[in-house]
Amino acid sequence: MASKKYLLKAPKNDLRRLPGFTTVTLLCLFILYAPLMVVAIYSFNASTSITNWGGWSLAWYGDVFFGPEAAKFQQAAINSLIIAVCAAFAATIIATAAAVAMNRTGAFRGKTSGFMLINLPLMVPEVVTAVASLVFFSTIGFTTGLGTILLAHIVFCIPFAYLPISARMQSVPDLYEQAAMDLYATPLEAFKLVLLPIMMPGLMSGFLLAFIISLDDFLITNFVKGAGIETLPTAVFGSVKQGIKPNIMAISTLMLGVSVVFVSLSWLIGRAGQSQQETK
Amino acid sequence: MKHLLTATAFVLAIAGTASMAGTAHAEGKLSLYHWFEYIPQDLLDKFSKEYDVDVTMDTFDSNEALLASLKAGKLGSYDLAVPGDYMVDILRQEGMLDTFTAAEMPNLGNIEDQWLNVPFDQGRKSTIPYQWGSTSFSVNRDVYQGPIDTTDIVFNPPEELKGKINVLDTSGETLTLASLHLGIPQCTSDRTQLKALNDLVMNAKQYWASFGSDIAKDVLVSGDAAVGMIWSGFSAKARAEGANVEYAFPKQGYIVWMDNVALLKDAPNRDNALKFMNFLLEPENAAAVTNYANYSAGVKGVMPFLTPEVANSPESNPPKGQKGVFVQACPEEVQVMYDAIWTNLKK
Amino acid sequence: MAAGAPDGASSKSDIYAGNGPRLMLPVWVFIGLFLLLPVALMGVYSFLTKEFRGGVIWDFTLTAYDQFFLDRGLFGDDPAKIEWTYIGIFWRSIWQAGMATIMCLLIGFPTAWFIATRDAKTRSIWLFLITIPYWVNLLIRTVSMKFLIRDTGPLNEFLMWSGVINEPLGLINTNFAVQLGLFYSYLPFMVLPIYAAVERYDFSLSEAAADLYANVWTILRLVILPVVKPGIIAGCILVFVPSLGAFLAPDLLGGAKTFMIGSLIEEQFKGNAGNWPFGAAASMILLSIVMAVLLIYARSQTKGDK
Repeated sequence: MASKKYLLKAPKNDLRRLPGFTTVTLLCLFILYAPLMVVAIYSFNASTSITNWGGWSLAWYGDVFFGPEAAKFQQAAINSLIIAVCAAFAATIIATAAAVAMNRTGAFRGKTSGFMLINLPLMVPEVVTAVASLVFFSTIGFTTGLGTILLAHIVFCIPFAYLPISARMQSVPDLYEQAAMDLYATPLEAFKLVLLPIMMPGLMSGFLLAFIISLDDFLITNFVKGAGIETLPTAVFGSVKQGIKPNIMAISTLMLGVSVVFVSLSWLIGRAGQSQQETK
Repeated sequence: MKHLLTATAFVLAIAGTASMAGTAHAEGKLSLYHWFEYIPQDLLDKFSKEYDVDVTMDTFDSNEALLASLKAGKLGSYDLAVPGDYMVDILRQEGMLDTFTAAEMPNLGNIEDQWLNVPFDQGRKSTIPYQWGSTSFSVNRDVYQGPIDTTDIVFNPPEELKGKINVLDTSGETLTLASLHLGIPQCTSDRTQLKALNDLVMNAKQYWASFGSDIAKDVLVSGDAAVGMIWSGFSAKARAEGANVEYAFPKQGYIVWMDNVALLKDAPNRDNALKFMNFLLEPENAAAVTNYANYSAGVKGVMPFLTPEVANSPESNPPKGQKGVFVQACPEEVQVMYDAIWTNLKK
Repeated sequence: MAAGAPDGASSKSDIYAGNGPRLMLPVWVFIGLFLLLPVALMGVYSFLTKEFRGGVIWDFTLTAYDQFFLDRGLFGDDPAKIEWTYIGIFWRSIWQAGMATIMCLLIGFPTAWFIATRDAKTRSIWLFLITIPYWVNLLIRTVSMKFLIRDTGPLNEFLMWSGVINEPLGLINTNFAVQLGLFYSYLPFMVLPIYAAVERYDFSLSEAAADLYANVWTILRLVILPVVKPGIIAGCILVFVPSLGAFLAPDLLGGAKTFMIGSLIEEQFKGNAGNWPFGAAASMILLSIVMAVLLIYARSQTKGDK
């Protein structure tokens, strides 16, 4: 990266501060969050309606934690998080391997078909995947349950993890790995010590996309899950079908809250780790 | 990488601890395949406690979705499902229903006479009534004050209602209401009649703002639509949420439906399933469902247990003499034409 | 190789040569076994006879494809003409998905660029800011978008209050609402890949170019585009392809007055139609179109390779 001094020299063509980009970013955040503000505000609505305001109340949060369905919602949220984290993690690893194969191993037989295969989960309409998977699982005698959900999620998360990772790998030339190997690093070392750290933004993006896509899935999950196993989308879907009830808004707001806490924590942990390393 | 690993470990640790505090396991099990939001959790808990049975429930969102997933391989994992009237017929034709004897169902006598010998299950061999209600439309009385006891409101609306109509996004109900409007029989294979049906909906589409089933209540409450095809209980809920809507019982007729608890073939816990069906036929329990869902029970003696609002709900008490009809399951060669009309309408 | 094909700034690399098949093994196991096989089964289904109300009868026929491409009238006995209905539905979906992708690119690219040029510590915070809304279920997000833009909703009320407009914009139940919904559904899928490609882009390169009196556009075209391109392509695939089969946004924001590919196929499996072979056939046609495009792209990228 160039130094500040250098920036001052060529301010006119500074691509880091393109005019208008900040405005677009703020607009982007506004679009992303405006509908959720509605959700957050109406989660405190005293009335059962999502369209008429009946005054402030915490009743729906009470319902989420102590209502008759509290246990179901909690278990569903836990299932959802476990599945999303595991599926995103597995998908990220599989996708990283695939990205290396696609970008760093030259030509080999089955490369094109492999690329098609990676993108297959994107191309098949969800309901077809759902029905086909259920038919397939019941034909080969898999009992549907948490395991089948996880399997199905890993499968459709792979392209979402792969594309950002691969995009990253393409935009980074292999100079650094070459250099490492010139210095007698084995390919594995070059990968682990050189490529992987450079890949972090890609891995992070891939993981996050896989995570949110898994967290969101309703249709496939609803088909391949076993009786009585719920994820958050399948648990809330019914209430949503009948017009979102405020307790669902409360759950959504809580999820937002949890994600904010989770993000802040991981940031703090990361920073603590960083400063520890620095002191060493 | 470290970032990701710590985060992952963190979530898994929390989740792991939380799921350790699992649920206690009871003697028996019961696996129920039910509509979304259609049974109060309290009632399930009550059954669990009384009979020491663990109830697990899965949900579906349409009769057809129920059929699709049973066909795709879920038959054998559920004890009970709750199909609508015509779907009972279909499930039986598909060989997906088991039967029970009167001796296995002591409360069979609690079923109201009119719901005992129903066309889709004569004498109640595989199913018991769950709830019944009607499908018609509601009109926002702030927008339109004229008479609403006619299907013209939906298919040939007065000026002030044009472009403010939401119809259900299910071909069965919408085309049946259209057939009632034209006065033609359901499942007709007469070409002039089918042509007329096609022309009617194609022409009426210009007056419709949207198709939507899930949003049927919300569009009325929010005022996005002034007329909405809707289920009776849904309309009652819209009214309870403050919309000034009136549910219509059109003179051309309206749709009546009944959801039924059906004993599925290869039920893994057949005994508990029968216990649960019997349990649902207790007036007090049937009334609990009615109070929750705002429909009607089909079980004798529920009156004392109903809340007054539900008992006197105008949506559940059609005027005498107005005819309600069941949606019929058409034979294949006719259904193909109805599908073609529906696709034609939405292309 | 498509979003794997290096060009320009990045080099075609084979430093791990020989490991390709091994590294692809997990993909073959997971997707090959648990998706390709089931989908192949669906491919077979598309050539079978439909069982009334869902399911299939093992009798090979081309009826499903006939229904898709040939119009035999409402009662099925007119002379066969070309059926425009489904082609129209496909075209409409492609158009909507394309518009949504463009909107995502217009907003997503500057956002990704902005994030990538923050200092290292705050970058991940920005990334999370983009993805946090997606912890809330898609259905709920779509419904709240509907709530926001409907005629009596906050957006219109604000604009009317502030005097920008005199009557509601009438956004709901329009094509634009659908595009907006798709855009909202998939925005991060554009931002994150572009960010991944741009991050740590060596700005000294463009500054060197600037020193050599290249103007901004030349720099963009010659120096930056090759680096950003893989990210943009990945983002476009991630937005466009899922948008094609989406049905929530069209149903809730568009009023479901016309079928889109997603709702058409959904109807065949979960609706009254219950026509699995036709649903399977429509999916196979969709699959072939998308695959053909990806394949052409992949070929054009690997040409220099061989």
